[in-house]
Amino acid sequence: MASRAQSLPNGLRVVLTSFIVVWLVMAAFPFIWTLWGSFKVELDFFSIADWTNAITGRRTEDTHGSPFTGAGYYGAWVEEGFLHNVINTFIVCFFVVLTSLTIGTLGGYALSRSGYRYTFWLLIAALIFRAMPPITLVAGYMLPFFQWNVWGILPTAIIVLVAINQPFTLWMLHSFFQNIPKELDESAKVDGCTQFQAFRHVIIPVMWPGVITTGLFSFLLAYNDFAVTAMLLSEDNRTMVPQVAAFLGTTYTEGNIMFAVASVVSATVPLFILVMVFQRQIVSGLTAGAVKG
Amino acid sequence: MLLFIAMPIVSVIVQSMFTPHEAVFLTVETCTPFKCTEETTIDQEATAALRAEQPLGRFVGLDIYLDRGHLAISEVGEAWATSQSWSEFLASLVNLPFYRAMSFTLVFIFTVTPIVIVIGLLIALAVNSIYASLRGVVIFFSLLPFVITPLIGALVLYWMIDSRGILGNLLQWMAGDPSLSLKASTGLMWVSLIVYGIWHAAPFAFVIFYAGLQTLPKDQMEAAQIDGASRIQRVRYVILPHLMPLVTFVTLIQLMDNFRVFEPIIGFNAEAHATSLSWAIFNDLGGETRQLSSAATTSVITIIGVAILLTPVLIRTWRDFREKV
Repeated sequence: MASRAQSLPNGLRVVLTSFIVVWLVMAAFPFIWTLWGSFKVELDFFSIADWTNAITGRRTEDTHGSPFTGAGYYGAWVEEGFLHNVINTFIVCFFVVLTSLTIGTLGGYALSRSGYRYTFWLLIAALIFRAMPPITLVAGYMLPFFQWNVWGILPTAIIVLVAINQPFTLWMLHSFFQNIPKELDESAKVDGCTQFQAFRHVIIPVMWPGVITTGLFSFLLAYNDFAVTAMLLSEDNRTMVPQVAAFLGTTYTEGNIMFAVASVVSATVPLFILVMVFQRQIVSGLTAGAVKG
Repeated sequence: MLLFIAMPIVSVIVQSMFTPHEAVFLTVETCTPFKCTEETTIDQEATAALRAEQPLGRFVGLDIYLDRGHLAISEVGEAWATSQSWSEFLASLVNLPFYRAMSFTLVFIFTVTPIVIVIGLLIALAVNSIYASLRGVVIFFSLLPFVITPLIGALVLYWMIDSRGILGNLLQWMAGDPSLSLKASTGLMWVSLIVYGIWHAAPFAFVIFYAGLQTLPKDQMEAAQIDGASRIQRVRYVILPHLMPLVTFVTLIQLMDNFRVFEPIIGFNAEAHATSLSWAIFNDLGGETRQLSSAATTSVITIIGVAILLTPVLIRTWRDFREKV
């Protein structure tokens, strides 16, 4: 609102504000509702008689003596051992991010400093992998994995996720390294550093913003994946997302659906924190792709 | 990297041309003093030996591509020959699994993509004109549906539109029909999947467009204002042309993402009403029997579809790249 001439008429301002409010409600309400409902019993969360039950929790009070209950969480975390799946998820995410960032920084740096123009082919590979449903590749992995007897364990899933993720990571870091002026490592080499020393002492200190952004997207990919983990992990090694699907598939008895609700809420919390802390990086990563691609 | 990119594609193509061995039958004649009976049994040992020898199975070439579960050439030909009108032909076409999946995928792509762009643009314009202090909050809440695990996001919405959930209840009340259920009707299920698609992807379009608006040169806007352009004209003739490259980008990403729509179908439990190619692969792989060759065939078809979708983009990128060199 720089000048009076550009300021909005009141009518338009009201329309715009209400539009944004409607959008915010659409975006946030499902999460708030599910969080609230996860502390209820199933008869309240899915109320046939009266929808206000879901807010006041009348049936929950009848059953548990208070309008809030942690029964869903108890069932999911203690009875069903959801903690195990959470740990698996974080193992997978940690190693996927670690591996793809290691390969990505070294490879991206090397590609951006080499004379030959790899950019086009990298971009093509990243695009193709962005477009191809991961499950089409899973179909190809499965038979060899069965034969080598490596199906169902975490390292296999990690390797596959890294492979699917790698072109994208490499491309993102590559374009990031290209924005770091070549003069930096050239002057380091003039001062007597080897190529590796130049990387170690000059580039590493300035590369963190790009690495963090790329790492975030690798993390989201690994965390949000359903197709690969559901197909490649055996029942004991499941990560969170396939486990949520399994709650729904196998156990449709009363109350068990609340296990799924509780675990869905639990799985959302890390993402919520992630957005809160790294909002700026996520936005910059999204737009970096748009401006360059 | 090459190993993990090229190998599975080769493996998928190879697998798609093989089918599991048929069991080896053994016919034994048992004669009792009164009569002889012929008994046909499966020779387990021979079958196992054959399977161990050639784990891929029999080579069948392109047969799987043409069978009923995939391109269904003969069924399509028959439907073409027997049906009197286009609508009849299309009706018999959507009964075939492959065309059923394609029809939903296409409808999904061509409804979600434009709506996402329009909504994203509207939010971006609206946010751009409100107080700067509120922008952070709006962006925070807008990002949530985008970063959420697709399956989990779909489940959250699915529970709300359940006939006993809050939105399901609201719809029943609005329609005045207490037995209304989204799950029972194909049309409503498609609508709710599309709504999910929009909910999930609109924040992405919004963030991109909003970033684009920040780079809009101020003097252009001022010049347009001095020349007497109204607010709508300014949006139409100054802002939209400035954002056009971003619209292309979002369209491209949306086309790719919507083509592989998969998780919402699982989350919404919508297999009976809507399927997609990805879902078909998942279903083949996940079943008790693990129909690897059928899944591989669908994968190859999907990859070809992606290739067709990407060709114009690749050509454009190639041209840009050549110009730069």
